[in-house]
Order: sequence, then structure tokens, then C-alpha cells
Amino acid sequence: MNKTIRTICKLLLAVIFFFPILWIVFSSFKPQSELFTFPLTFFPASPTLENYQAAFKSGDFLQYFFNSTFVAVVSTFITIFINVMAGYALSKYIFKGRDLIFFVMIATLMIPLQVILVPIFILEKNLGLLNSLWGIIIPPAATPTGIFLARQYMMTIPNSLIEAARIDSAGEWYIFQRIIIPLAKPIIATIAIFSFMWRWNDFLWPFIVISTQKKYTLQLALANFVGQYDVDWSNLLSMTVISIIPLIVVFLLFQRYFIKGMTSGGVKF
Amino acid sequence: MAKKRKASSSFHQVKAPLLFLAPNMLIFFIFIIIPAVSGLRMSLYDWSILGEHNFIGFSNYTTLVGDSMFWKSLVNTLRYVLLVVPLLTASALGVALLVSGQEKGIGILRGFYYLPTMLSFIIVGISWRWILGDEIGIMNFLIRMMGGEHVKWLTSPAMATASLIFITIWAQTGFYMVMFVGGLQAIPTALFDAASIDGANKWQVFTKVKFPMIRPTMLVVVVLATINAFKAFELIFVLTKGGPGTTTKFLVQSIYQVAFEEDRMGYASSMAIALMFVIGVLTMIQFRVNKKDYSNE
Repeated sequence: MNKTIRTICKLLLAVIFFFPILWIVFSSFKPQSELFTFPLTFFPASPTLENYQAAFKSGDFLQYFFNSTFVAVVSTFITIFINVMAGYALSKYIFKGRDLIFFVMIATLMIPLQVILVPIFILEKNLGLLNSLWGIIIPPAATPTGIFLARQYMMTIPNSLIEAARIDSAGEWYIFQRIIIPLAKPIIATIAIFSFMWRWNDFLWPFIVISTQKKYTLQLALANFVGQYDVDWSNLLSMTVISIIPLIVVFLLFQRYFIKGMTSGGVKF
Repeated sequence: MAKKRKASSSFHQVKAPLLFLAPNMLIFFIFIIIPAVSGLRMSLYDWSILGEHNFIGFSNYTTLVGDSMFWKSLVNTLRYVLLVVPLLTASALGVALLVSGQEKGIGILRGFYYLPTMLSFIIVGISWRWILGDEIGIMNFLIRMMGGEHVKWLTSPAMATASLIFITIWAQTGFYMVMFVGGLQAIPTALFDAASIDGANKWQVFTKVKFPMIRPTMLVVVVLATINAFKAFELIFVLTKGGPGTTTKFLVQSIYQVAFEEDRMGYASSMAIALMFVIGVLTMIQFRVNKKDYSNE
């Protein structure tokens, strides 16, 4: 009996968590006439691709998609590169101030962008980064969580491997590149997924930095369709679905790393 | 100790680690430390983007104290945070308890629960606006079909905050659930064995074994959930725009509006410092409470 109740709860929760996504997907295949006429039906009565064709026909949408992809991919490469190097320095060397540097970096988790919005804007303006995709890519690249994950993982790499390489007179960069990077692949994958997802989904940075429509990311473009009282639903539904697809693909491809990274982050904090 | 140090002497270096750290620290310094400090400084100025910057001491802060808009949005924010954090923590823990096992297919179920977490807040907001729309939403359609009166989920003062809270919980439960699942799975099975030998029932297992063991996870979840709740911006941007009236206008919205729509950058900075202060105080209380509870046991 108890078990039946648990099963019912589980399935009910699955419906609650999944239904809104499913509803938007099904709605996106409905023709205009079906979207706003009652009674509503769950499945599209006469499914159509017209909403998708309309989205792709407007050249801007492809531009937004490209901008988002560019920002997410380039940012992810930069984030991995600098955070993995920093994580290595903070875990496998002993020098004065090391723990202080780590502590300060982690402490800045407490300073959300929302709080330094104004000075960031002025800074980007002075550096000429306003209204440029690089102005979204570079500033948030040094993520405390990325450093944290990299450092924690690298502490588990045995020192003897590094020592042996040094005895064979390998250079420090060589050791990092040939020994550490291959061993750190799982954590690199984890950081990559998190970084990609965060950048793909990010709204506030582009919102502050970008001002011309040609440079909009997908999130910015989607939000732009939404007014306080009116929403331009006809194009919005299909665009929303398209902008979810890369996330689902990344999630399905890397699910293994994903949950692992999350749980290890949660337990060791 | 001395012996150990000798053995690892090749790890005492300065140049190499600093070079490895350099790119990170450079970006970190320019884009986090400098803005944080200059935010403090700007809050003491009358500062507009194109106009002059005049030092005015603590005037912004004294203005803040008498600014009813500031207090209104602070109260709105606190109401949201104080409701979202406990509800979200409870829902994440509840769901985690359901799916922390190892039985077949449980991973897929967790995947389903986790799905909303992957969506951007913009997409979450759009999806729910489509569902909760006054006239065209399926929720009101179903209510009317069952003979009810349609509800203004997002456009009435009474419902807007409640809807916002529910949607936040929907969107974030999966994220904290994974943390709790990690914490629950890390509990040594020997503890459960011992409890069942002692004849503990399910409730006792939860309160005496599971709950104390996931306390560290709980603290992380509560702290993260609090900070995230204070940051809420996107959901409001697509769901209510702060309306109806100013019911769902939060501090971050006010900061944005004062800075970029009214071009009062200095004043907006003082609001941001106040926000930072509130977050800091709440986080400190959370750590304190956690510590105190520990020492009581």
C-alpha cells in the first residue's frame, strides 16, 4: 500500500515537472487557428511546421542562434582553460598566499552580478566592451565554482606522478599538459557542461551589455517578444522549443558527468 | 612533519603556479574585485552616465532610508525570499527522499525532475505564461471547463507573488534535489542497519539518521537558495514586469530601473550595497543557526 502511494507520487511529480515543457512543444506544432480557439486540445489536431518555418524565415533568428552558439562555445573554452590551470596551481603547488587566494575567490560567490551591475556597466563602457559579444564572453569567465571543482578533483591526483615526471626533468607546463589534463578529463567535461548550459541560458549579462538587435542572444530575443500585457505568441513558441534543443542534446550526451559533478559539488562544499 | 615537507619539496614553487593562476586572476581582479570596490565608491557620488560625478558623502544612503519605493521593493523581495527558501528546500528534500534509492529506472525519473532546472528562467517564464494566461492559458481553460471562475494568476496582486513562488519552486527543485540525493546516498548503510536493529520506524530513521547526516548539505542548499532568490530578475521580467502595480517589483528590478532608466547610477549603487548587506546578514544568520543547533546536540 505504502509502495503504491510512493509510486503514484513519483509519477504525479514527473507529470508536474514535465507537462509544461511538453505543452509548449505540442503547442508549437499547432496552427494559428488552433492556438487561440477553445476547446483546447492536448495534441495538435492538424500538426503543422508553419511556426518553425516562420521562425527560420526571419533571418534574425538564425543570427540570434549563431550569437548564442558563439558566446556559449567560446566562453566554455576560455572558462575551462583558465579555471583548470588555476585549479591546478591551487591544488598541486605550495606557495605563500595560496589558501588566501582560494578563499577570496570562493568568497566572491557571495557577490552576484545583480549587485555589481552598475559598476560592471561603467567598466565595460570604459573598456569599449559594450555592445560586443566579447563583453559577454570574457568578464564572467573566471568562475569560482569552476575553480572549486577543478581544485577538488585535482587534489585526488597522486603527487608521485608529478614528482616522477620532475625527476625525469619534465617542465612544469609539460607536466600540466601531458599528465594533468588527461587525468582531469572527467572534471573538464563537468565544467564544460555547466559552463555551456549557464552561458546558453544567461540573460542578465547580455541584457546589460548588448544594445543592438543584431547582437542579441536567443534569451534576449525571446524576452524581447514578451510585453507586460501582450505577447507575440505566434513566433515565440517555436523559437522557445528550438532554443531548448541544444540543452537537451548536451544533457543526454553528458548525463553521466553531469550528475556526478553536481553531487560531488554538493557533498564536498 | 619535517620529513613530509622534504619529500614534497618539489611542490614548493612560486613562478609556475603564479603563471598558471595569472589569466584567471587577471579577469577575476578586473571584473569582480574592481567593480565591487568601485560600486562602494559610486554609492557616495551623484553619478550619471554622461553628466558629472559629484561626491556627496552619505546622501544616497540617507535618501534611501526615506525612499518608500526602496522599502516597498525590499519588503516584496524579503516576502518572496522568506517564502521561497523554506518551501523550495522542503520540496527538494521531499522529492530527493522519494528518488534517492537505487532501484531500476530511478535515474530516468530523476532526469525528469531535473529537466526544468536546465531551462533558462526566460524559457521557464514563457512556458508558464503560456499556461497561466488569463484568456488563452490552459489552466484557466481547465478551471472553466470544470465550472470554475477563471483566475488572474499573474495579473492580480493576490495571485502574482504566489504564482511566482510556485514557478520558482518548479524550476529549481531539481537542482537542489540532486544535492540532497548526493547527501542521502553518502550516508553509510551501516547506520540504517543499526537503526533497524534498534527497531526504529521510518519517521525515526528520517529524524534521527537521515536528517542529522544531511545537515551539511542542508546548509549549502539553504544558503544557495537564499542568494539565488535575492537574484531573481528574469522570471519577473517575462512573467509580471514587476506588476500588477508594484506587487512583484523586487530590489534587483529597482536597481536596474534607477540605474538605467533614471540614470541615477550613484543612487542605484547605494541600493546594491544595501542588497549586499541584507544578503550578507541573512547568510550569517544561517551559518550561526546551523552552528548553534550542532552545539546543542
